[in-house]
Amino acid sequence: MSEAEEIPLWEVFIRPRNGLAHRHCGSLHAADAEMALQAARDVYTRRGEGLSVWVIPSAQIVASDPQDRGSLFDPAEDKIYRHPSFYEIPDDVGHM
Amino acid sequence: MPASLVTALIGLADDHLILGHRLSEWCGHAPMLEEDLAMPNIALDLIGQARALYSYAGELEGAGRDEDALAFGRLERAYRNLLICELPNGDFAHTMLRQFYFASFMQLFWQAAERSADATLAAIAAKAVKEAEYHRRHCAQWVIRLGDGTDESVRRMAEAVALLAPYTGEFFIVDQDICDVIAGGILPDTQTLQPAWQADVEQVFAEARLVPPKDVYAQKGGRRGVHTEAMGHLLAQLQFMQRSFPDMTW
Repeated sequence: MSEAEEIPLWEVFIRPRNGLAHRHCGSLHAADAEMALQAARDVYTRRGEGLSVWVIPSAQIVASDPQDRGSLFDPAEDKIYRHPSFYEIPDDVGHM
Repeated sequence: MPASLVTALIGLADDHLILGHRLSEWCGHAPMLEEDLAMPNIALDLIGQARALYSYAGELEGAGRDEDALAFGRLERAYRNLLICELPNGDFAHTMLRQFYFASFMQLFWQAAERSADATLAAIAAKAVKEAEYHRRHCAQWVIRLGDGTDESVRRMAEAVALLAPYTGEFFIVDQDICDVIAGGILPDTQTLQPAWQADVEQVFAEARLVPPKDVYAQKGGRRGVHTEAMGHLLAQLQFMQRSFPDMTW
């Protein structure tokens, strides 16, 4: 059995500041949740990147199949009316 | 008082520099990438603490020695670190157990030093205690997992316990040269920290299913500059650059 099979993979999410969402920043190997959290701190927050860390077993993530890309995402391509770009914003509003 | 405080600060700084150097030897050699970052992270914390202590010692001494002069410019007998800090790394289990012992001790030490009568030391302690707390937590988790792990990890952890047993007693031997620093409430009396340290070790050992060593003769001498054979080799590496190119910067 290879080392990768023995030691599970974890996905790491970091929240950089209050008010922002956790963002995926990478993955790592660790034997269990506690060690994964510590490894995430050591690997991904060395330059003050985070205020909060989540780790999630990679095996628990349900991902879409690349082969389904056509049926899942292509139908949105010709529905340009869903983009909020068909009205004019008065100058007084400024940047939204 | 200043002379004995300088002595105490240099001893404490030496603990951190020498152990930080030992830990840095793992860089590029750790058993997994995650630990290859975690161990040098801890080493950098320790060396940062050493810098603060050396700088303050140099300032109090007033003899023009800065942190570099103190870290790199002394002979072996002038280093006053605890022997446990200079021992060779051994395997990963040995390194983690040593680091756990030291971090557990330093966490208690810095907690007490936060109430120091000396404002600079109290400030150094307030920063260092957070770092030590993390080191203790990280290393304790490894001690538990290796101690209660595979046949091989259990064997290696038990060997580490036996090898390190003679070197933990020195944490709690009060250095006669710095009695007035302790009496003045500037640095904690390490003897008073022993029960809490013992309890911490026993709790982690219980979870790790490790048997704590009993009644082991305590090796000592580090605080008087009497070192193990490993120290000279360590200093040769540590001092090489400054000895070859004095006052070099990069």
